[in-house]
Amino acid sequence: METNQKPIIKVSNLTKKYGSLTAVDNISFTVEAGEVFAFLGPNGAGKTTVIKMLTTLLDPTNGSILLNGYNTVQEQRAVRSSFGIVFQDPSLDDVLTAYENMYFHAMLYKIPKNIRQERIRNLLELVQLWNRKNEQVKKFSGGMKRRLEIARGLLHLPDILFLDEPTLGLDPQTRNLIWEYIHDLNKQEKTTIFLTTHIMEEAERMADTVAIIDEGKIIKMGSPQQLCEHTGTTTLEEAFLSLTGKTIREEGPDNGRQILRNMALRRK
Amino acid sequence: MDTVYILWLRQMKHYFRSGSRIIGSIGQPLLFLFAFGLGFGPVFEQAGETDYFQFLVPGIIGMSILFTSMFNGIDIIWDRQFGFLKETLVAPVSRIYIMLGRTLGGATIAVFQGIIILSISLLVGFQPHNPLIIPAAILFMLLTALLFSALGIAIASQLEDMQGFPLIMNFLIMPLFLLSGALFPLKNLPAALNIIVHINPLSYGVDGIRGSLLGLYEMGLWLNLGALSAIAILLLTIGAYFFSKIQI
Repeated sequence: METNQKPIIKVSNLTKKYGSLTAVDNISFTVEAGEVFAFLGPNGAGKTTVIKMLTTLLDPTNGSILLNGYNTVQEQRAVRSSFGIVFQDPSLDDVLTAYENMYFHAMLYKIPKNIRQERIRNLLELVQLWNRKNEQVKKFSGGMKRRLEIARGLLHLPDILFLDEPTLGLDPQTRNLIWEYIHDLNKQEKTTIFLTTHIMEEAERMADTVAIIDEGKIIKMGSPQQLCEHTGTTTLEEAFLSLTGKTIREEGPDNGRQILRNMALRRK
Repeated sequence: MDTVYILWLRQMKHYFRSGSRIIGSIGQPLLFLFAFGLGFGPVFEQAGETDYFQFLVPGIIGMSILFTSMFNGIDIIWDRQFGFLKETLVAPVSRIYIMLGRTLGGATIAVFQGIIILSISLLVGFQPHNPLIIPAAILFMLLTALLFSALGIAIASQLEDMQGFPLIMNFLIMPLFLLSGALFPLKNLPAALNIIVHINPLSYGVDGIRGSLLGLYEMGLWLNLGALSAIAILLLTIGAYFFSKIQI
């Protein structure tokens, strides 16, 4: 039923340059409403930069994005009403308590008063933080913070949910729990899921479509099965390695702006 | 409105949960009051002026408001570094409301600091000429606080990290403070200094607070009100524009 609708994300000739560095190089793809779309690639491939442009945090150098039918540069408010996101790096307020972080989000996203408390409670219980709800986030461990970030991202029910390496640093128990919840969300609420991860089994298990990006370009897109068939492999991990090579990517900051900043520092 | 309120509330929680911040930001003005008040008092009186302590209290209140408001604006850089800024920037609410909430939060804290300094001064012998006009002084504190909170936000929106911070401190905050009427009277100033002082928005804030507390405006009540309001509106507009254009 969703498949014959217009794509919920339409990326056309998207490019992002930082000075002479091209972080994202003329990519185009579409995501259908209701699908789970995995965006995979080695470190520094440009995944986070693409997500930043999809979520209006960064303007593209060239090309355009339609998200839920709205242009991410010209119709930012409508775009922002269409998605939720769990960021790759921390975005909690350390001084506030777990509950306050959730409450703040609920207010920003205008979750109606009568269901606000219940939603917050359900999600904090899901990530097993309800009994710690009144503690300041700065007292939390890395895993607890991550769980809270995820709970917060799931608080409102957006049309599209971006998950940028959501399970980074979580134990297998929690990872399973979270993916199960996201799976149900996708099936029951028809939420479109756009995820990145380095754990290929997660992508293989969850995704309808996988796009593999390397050095700012999409090198292959299709269902996990198609990618395996194309590369003559049996798992997505093998397919990924055969497409992107086995060399380790140069360790470095994961976004171009940071690279530029470091270059500027070195010049000083 | 919810957006403005929740951002304001966050600033309040941050402020009241940081004991060291409260003590630090009250300690410095008190040190200035003590050192300048007692140190320059005798010279001032010899020159035939009245009590320098009386003169200085409104200036130090202005200084405290300047520092607190600017720091609050610059807090955005911390939020950027620790990631929280993203959470507010992707929210489906107007960034102008987010900016306004932050400005009001910063201004409230600054006015609160100003009132603390005023209260302590009253305890150690400061005598306002008419206690009933203290609300007028608080109005001037609020205008000054809004103005510099907006300026802090406008600047912080353009900075990526804390490296530019010492620059702002040395080339903006300190000159704003020293080259205002906070420490010295405005009459008979050398021409160059006189011009600078009249360009400096803090001068109008300090004169407004001082006039309300001591009963004599050097630049005039309406000029103070007009200049502060106009510059505050201008900086709020610029700040809101820059804030809405932040890229991460």
